[in-house]
Amino acid sequence: MSIVETKKLMRRFGNFTAVSPLDIAVESGDVFALLGPNGAGKSTVIKMLTTLLPATSGDAFINGCSIISNPTGVRKNIGYVPQLLSVDGTLTGYENLLLFARLYDIPYKQCKARVMESLELMGLEEAAKKAVHTFSGGMVRRLEIAQSMLHRPAVLFLDEPTVGLDPIACKTVWEHMLKLKTLYNTTIIMTTHSMAEADYLCNTIAFMSQGELVISGTPQNLKDSLQKKGTTLEDAFIHYTSEPLSKENNYTKDSTERDDIKTKE
Amino acid sequence: MKTIYNFIRKTFVITDFEIRKIAHDPTEILLRAVQPALWLLIFGQVMARTKVMPEENYLDFMSPGILAQSILFVSIFYGIAIIWERDLGITEKFLVTPTPRTALVLGKAISAGIRCIPLMVIIYILASFLSVNIIWHFINIIGVISLLFLGAILFSTFSLIIACLVKTRERFMGIGQLMTMPLFFASNAIYPISIMPGWLKTMSHFNPLTYMIDGLRTLMIGTPSGFSLLIDYTVLLAVSTVLILIGGGLYKRVVT
Repeated sequence: MSIVETKKLMRRFGNFTAVSPLDIAVESGDVFALLGPNGAGKSTVIKMLTTLLPATSGDAFINGCSIISNPTGVRKNIGYVPQLLSVDGTLTGYENLLLFARLYDIPYKQCKARVMESLELMGLEEAAKKAVHTFSGGMVRRLEIAQSMLHRPAVLFLDEPTVGLDPIACKTVWEHMLKLKTLYNTTIIMTTHSMAEADYLCNTIAFMSQGELVISGTPQNLKDSLQKKGTTLEDAFIHYTSEPLSKENNYTKDSTERDDIKTKE
Repeated sequence: MKTIYNFIRKTFVITDFEIRKIAHDPTEILLRAVQPALWLLIFGQVMARTKVMPEENYLDFMSPGILAQSILFVSIFYGIAIIWERDLGITEKFLVTPTPRTALVLGKAISAGIRCIPLMVIIYILASFLSVNIIWHFINIIGVISLLFLGAILFSTFSLIIACLVKTRERFMGIGQLMTMPLFFASNAIYPISIMPGWLKTMSHFNPLTYMIDGLRTLMIGTPSGFSLLIDYTVLLAVSTVLILIGGGLYKRVVT
């Protein structure tokens, strides 16, 4: 059985369908990315899977727990890093982790050791006693990932984990994510606008457009599906998700076509 | 049993971390003490000289009212912190933890009470300085603290509910201002119910602040209660419980 499975999961806001009935399955230990243009419905899917937003219809199961009938069970099985850098700046790095260790029901006597271990793992032990408002963006992100992994969840949700970070901070975050995945066999579900990030981290990618799942596969399969030499993931992304724009605004459907034009010139 | 234990434990986890925040930056509390000091030292002293109130010692009468007003003002803007945490993404992270929503709400509400304790200490000191006849009996002080917590829980939860409904800081600030003064004026904080016009007298009986002040006045300066302490506590406890249940149900709405 897949560790994450959605069954006709759908969300509507009034008359607007943000996510059309969605069926996806993610295997244990996978790094799965939902990619799509702004407004494609990626964050809405993440919010439904993390029980932050009720589904209009359908259901999803995280480690066997239904988001509809057993949301508390789902919450015990997940970690979540939202899009915004969201830690309490007044508290220290240590305190920010301790707060979540206690909210995630880690036994009282183990909390301190677990927090220190997480700080060390994310390379933040020296900053433990400093107020978080003195941290850089990359450090805050690593602290958030540590926060969401304290209880060793089966599935970690990351909503654009490296948005706003410089390339070095991005790379550090990626390395720490992969380290956590290797250590605890955590399944990661993420959204991102960085094709490089998706290509580097993920073994499965799903493209979404206008609330619908367009195609999914490994990064290589998606690139190969265009059957053009030198196709990048960005080319595949534009090919599969930009159709409405190409109709309305004469947007070039495939960036490889632009490359062809450049070559001819 | 396990559910109740989990609820209590998580409530105090939230409160614990709110206390840590106050400890890291106590300036807010010191600044908040200015307003009650002004009410007591300026408004109270001037009004005491006018002798227009039926009360013999106006400063005695007013001091519990000013404590209640401070609790109201600290608590009623608590909702803005919820919107702030929502904007930072912290609320989303709380909501994906296996924590009962009512524990999140009550934990925050108790911390509003903790924020009011230093104000109580400052008001007691100032009132003593102004020769207010405060009852220093241990039981009475415990009673005042319990009313302080009940009032803070009630008004901060009310504020959280408003925040969950209006969702933006701008709207909340407008509504917060709109709520505070009517609650204050339709209570027995700075004048007795007996001198109110009929319609205001009726309104004051529907205002929980009236019951908090009635209880505080009995316990702080020994004025006989207008309703009885049992009614004061019952009203505050019942309204707080209902608001916490509503707040727990609405809390997730702040992120949607």
